Amino acid sequence: MPVLCSSCAEKRAVLKRPKTAHSLCKECFFWAFEEEVHQTIISAQLFNHGETVGIGASGGKDSTVLAHVMKVLNERYNYGLKLMLLSVDEGITGYRDDSLETVKRNQQQYELPLKVVSYEELYGWTMDDIVKQVGLKNNCTFCGVFRRQALDRGAMILKVDKICTGHNADDVAETVLMNVLRGDIARLRRCTAISTASEGEGVVPRCKPLKYAYEKEIVLYAYFKKLDYFSTECIYSPNAYRGHARAFLKDLEAVRPSSIMDVIHSGENLSVREGVKMPVQGTCGRCGYISSQALCKSCVLLEGLNRGLPRLGIGKHHRLHDKILSQQPLTQAEERKIKPLKF
Amino acid sequence: MVPLLCLWLVTLNEKTASLPVPMRNSASDDNINMAAPVALHLEFGGGAELLFDGVKEHHVTLPDQLDPWDMKQLLVWIKENLLKERPELFVQGDTVRPGILVLINDADWELMGELQYELQDKDNIVFISTLHGG
Repeated sequence: MPVLCSSCAEKRAVLKRPKTAHSLCKECFFWAFEEEVHQTIISAQLFNHGETVGIGASGGKDSTVLAHVMKVLNERYNYGLKLMLLSVDEGITGYRDDSLETVKRNQQQYELPLKVVSYEELYGWTMDDIVKQVGLKNNCTFCGVFRRQALDRGAMILKVDKICTGHNADDVAETVLMNVLRGDIARLRRCTAISTASEGEGVVPRCKPLKYAYEKEIVLYAYFKKLDYFSTECIYSPNAYRGHARAFLKDLEAVRPSSIMDVIHSGENLSVREGVKMPVQGTCGRCGYISSQALCKSCVLLEGLNRGLPRLGIGKHHRLHDKILSQQPLTQAEERKIKPLKF
Repeated sequence: MVPLLCLWLVTLNEKTASLPVPMRNSASDDNINMAAPVALHLEFGGGAELLFDGVKEHHVTLPDQLDPWDMKQLLVWIKENLLKERPELFVQGDTVRPGILVLINDADWELMGELQYELQDKDNIVFISTLHGG
């Protein structure tokens, strides 16, 4: 007994929407999904006519759907945007080189210009090299911090006005949970924002047009549209902490699909009491990037790698930043704390 | 035809009565094909294929059994016959792990009765993991 589409009442429904519990046929689902992203873009005024927008493209499902939908909406609603694909090559053999092939196919399929920036050209280190130094324990810290800056650097090279990323509702809810679990009030307060204002020199404003799109719908959109995406787990990422938050949320979603939206809603409406100590945003004394410390995280990590002290940027070693900036030698006790671990 | 069918159903009931698990009473029309093997096209994607030696498509024929195969039994069969590693990443309890989407003949299984769906010959079942990076 096929269920009929609750919107057109003509065709066979192909999915039950987690957000609304409506049963929709393929065509009505595509339309509803695209319209909701359009509404998100319009109501948050994410873009202005004539802007150049870089789409952070990894070759995975989210960024592939984002690129596709951005192209569709840009044409349908005449946003007047110049769209580009912007990819980061972390230098992970057997993972990123394969997924970049997908991005290159997307470039052809969507007829969008593509720029790839690599960790190797930006930092002199590939993730393969970094893992050889730091092992598999804190490697995701390096990758995450470097990627954030790499996208900005790529955006500067391309001279884009904004970057949009494929973060979906499930990702945002996960991040809210993780920040609660870590007690990271500063991040908790800003993690649900749909866009970041330009935070200073070298930082390009970012936004998340898929912020309210459920992962289930993104995956089914890609499946029914037969979009070409890459879905292999990063070979270096056990990513335990996020994994737990993710599994927990998926369990909640199975019981009550609105859980995802509810967690986002909670995050959006939290307000931090006055008097709670917050880090003050400044700029990095070395590269000028935004930082709440004397040196930005990326410079500290890089300094550690280049000095053979890869744990410098892991954990709390802020006291050492001034010493590094003024190029004073570290004491033996200080060095011992941040030396490479023996494998 | 009708008396013959009745006779056949009586035999069926006798057989099922001896089994420990209670059997569902299906429409008699379904039962005519009951003994025929069920051939399925299974597809794993979105990273779920990694638990199956990286093989995305599987053509399988389920063994004959008295009552019709349903999704719940198919999951057990997959776990015992196809799954190569880390079963906990595919099944949880008697259903799929949350975060794995299931499509039956290209429709969300939530519209098809999920675990209770009775499999038909030549059905196409797709499992897509949403748990892999985006």
